[in-house]
Amino acid sequence: MDQLLQQNETKTSTILIKFVFILILAAAAVYLILPSSSLLFGKEIGYRLGLDLQGGTQLIYQADLSRIDPSLHDNAMASVRDVIERRVNAFGVSEPVVQISGDDRLLVELPGVTNVDDAVRQIGETPFLEFREENLDIELPENIEELDLGVLFVPTELTGAHLQRAEVTFSGSTSALNTPEVTLIFNDEGRRLLTQITERNIGRGLAIYLDGLPIVDTNGDGIIDENDPPYAPIVNSAIPDGQAVITGNFTIEEARELATRLNSGALPVPIQLLSQQNVGPSLGQIAVVKSLVAGLLGCAAVGLFMILFYRLPGLLATVALIIYTALSLAIFKLIGVTFTTASITGFILSVGIAIDANILIFERMKEELRVGKTLQQALHEGFRRAWPSVRDSNLSSLLTAVVLFTSTGIIRGFALTLGIGILVSMFTAITITRTLLQIVIRVPAFNRTHLFGVVKAS
Amino acid sequence: MFSISRNYKTGFIISTLASIISVVLLFVPGLHLGIDFRGGTLIEVKYPQTVSIADVTADVESAGFSNIVVQQVSDVQLIIKTSAIDSADDHERLIGSLSGRYGSVEELRFDSIGPIIGEELKRRSVWQGIFVCVGILLYVAYAFRNFGDKNNLMNISSWRLSWAALIALAHDIIILLGVFVVLGMLRDLEIDTLFVTAVLTTLGFSVNDTIVVFDRLRENVTRYRTDPLSQNIDRSINETMTRSLNTSGTLLFVLLALALFGGQTVFYFVIALVIGVIVGTYSSIFIASPLLLIWNQKK
Repeated sequence: MDQLLQQNETKTSTILIKFVFILILAAAAVYLILPSSSLLFGKEIGYRLGLDLQGGTQLIYQADLSRIDPSLHDNAMASVRDVIERRVNAFGVSEPVVQISGDDRLLVELPGVTNVDDAVRQIGETPFLEFREENLDIELPENIEELDLGVLFVPTELTGAHLQRAEVTFSGSTSALNTPEVTLIFNDEGRRLLTQITERNIGRGLAIYLDGLPIVDTNGDGIIDENDPPYAPIVNSAIPDGQAVITGNFTIEEARELATRLNSGALPVPIQLLSQQNVGPSLGQIAVVKSLVAGLLGCAAVGLFMILFYRLPGLLATVALIIYTALSLAIFKLIGVTFTTASITGFILSVGIAIDANILIFERMKEELRVGKTLQQALHEGFRRAWPSVRDSNLSSLLTAVVLFTSTGIIRGFALTLGIGILVSMFTAITITRTLLQIVIRVPAFNRTHLFGVVKAS
Repeated sequence: MFSISRNYKTGFIISTLASIISVVLLFVPGLHLGIDFRGGTLIEVKYPQTVSIADVTADVESAGFSNIVVQQVSDVQLIIKTSAIDSADDHERLIGSLSGRYGSVEELRFDSIGPIIGEELKRRSVWQGIFVCVGILLYVAYAFRNFGDKNNLMNISSWRLSWAALIALAHDIIILLGVFVVLGMLRDLEIDTLFVTAVLTTLGFSVNDTIVVFDRLRENVTRYRTDPLSQNIDRSINETMTRSLNTSGTLLFVLLALALFGGQTVFYFVIALVIGVIVGTYSSIFIASPLLLIWNQKK
């Protein structure tokens, strides 16, 4: 008996440490979920709303790679992605998504864009790569700022159709540093044109344009548009062999980006629109409000039920549930989960699952109390015996969430929030509720079985 | 005390009948597949004034679209379904045909899904279902690997437990699908991606109840090793009954809130989950546990 008491005493300090830890965790979570917390260690964080909530368009394209050598498929897809990203950025969409899915699919998401016909048209066009030479007849305006950058160069006959491929190479001979370069290899017709063009332009720039805009972001503002000055490497000498090398202070990344874009014009990959989904902004706003109301009411109903049915432990479980909500939201914000109707539903559903662990444990505690155990013992036994059930049932739900996560789109979001919800709930329903209960039963006023919904066995 | 070992036959009869009816319904008339699966276009528009469905249908048809279905959301709001559209020109033409008679429409939603995507979704859904089932089968067999006592008559192979759980699952899914065939007939409801999610989620949930009962059974066959299996099954079900009802109850609270206030996009998704929760709780009591009893009596 002495030993038991001693054990309890040492436990009290551990419990208090745990309690303080929980308080800190909860405070941190609440702080994080506030809309004003938008920076964490210099990293930007925020809630991301899906297309169905903020309105916008999702397009799925399939690329036709049948005429591309299989070993170049990845490169070709990277080129297609890059071209579309350029075009999407040119529309001025905030936070667009352009990603490759599977082997030959491309997913484009345009938040806020609801009139998509122009976007669809431009995205679907085959990329056009061209080489332009300096316009020698240009009259410079008096005010240099009024100069139209577009007239500085005029098109030549040389286009992407003449380019076989572009690749990143390294100049090993001149310096030990292996400076990256981009090598362009032209076909026979291209070789002839390149020779003519370079002969007459020695010492001048030869500008490269993709879709009518400079091929790289020359003014460095992150968007390629009419304000970018032309990207025009200087022709050092006539090039007779159809192999042009662009040197410059490239990083490997920059060289790769340039080569990818040149290739998108060299190996145009036709794309076909497989599916498009478009949600107007008004429908999205209604959905946000509805989901929030549903979530709050659902949680409130669960809390009320728990308090009515399980009394004191139910109240503590409700506290744990609130912490659970804050923690989950903080995690969603941290890892950048996109909120859609489906992912919010997944989260709300996980509240229902979160409480199951508590119900299992409390039922077990009641049973132990009924056979005459003390609260201390019942608490210990309740958690110990309910654990296998909690573990096994949650793992089977988690298994489903993992399988669903292999989907794409909204189902993936649903699976993600459900899965995170299940994991977080295991922690809150067990660790947090248990710590709170352990504290409460040390207070004599609360140490009464009827507060636990049990009439003491005689 | 409620005795499942004496009453399971009634449950079996009801479940067998319901399952047979559901399977028949799945063949005739079958599930109504939505555009997610078939491929096609769905557009929801708002008009500046009250419109007639017949006029709109005629306008869309004369613009050259086929397989047209027009549904009324409200006096001024319609959902129009037609075949898949894969170009901006066709989209503009569709909007044009809708805007001609009553003034320009506001486009609330536009989905167009090509048949390739639909086929893929069908295939993937089936595979995911198979993965979840196999996963659960293996997991239950593993979780209950030391069920009972080696020297004890009640030593049941954990594979029996996992097959019992799987049969209960199959029962839940078949009935859920059956109910949706009926809803499809009554409410012109179509099956979409969210429904597949609901079905797969039901798989995960409904096995929970079964696991909880089995878990208690594992404890009881060790504690009351001289009692017959039937008595231990009855005992386990009764001891976990409050938990099962309370858990399903709270889940239903949450789902009810979602169904009432969550908006129309998730309404039937939630309904599918509600059916899944109810059938899942029922089957863990009336299907999974009695199956153990039957298999062990035959031995």
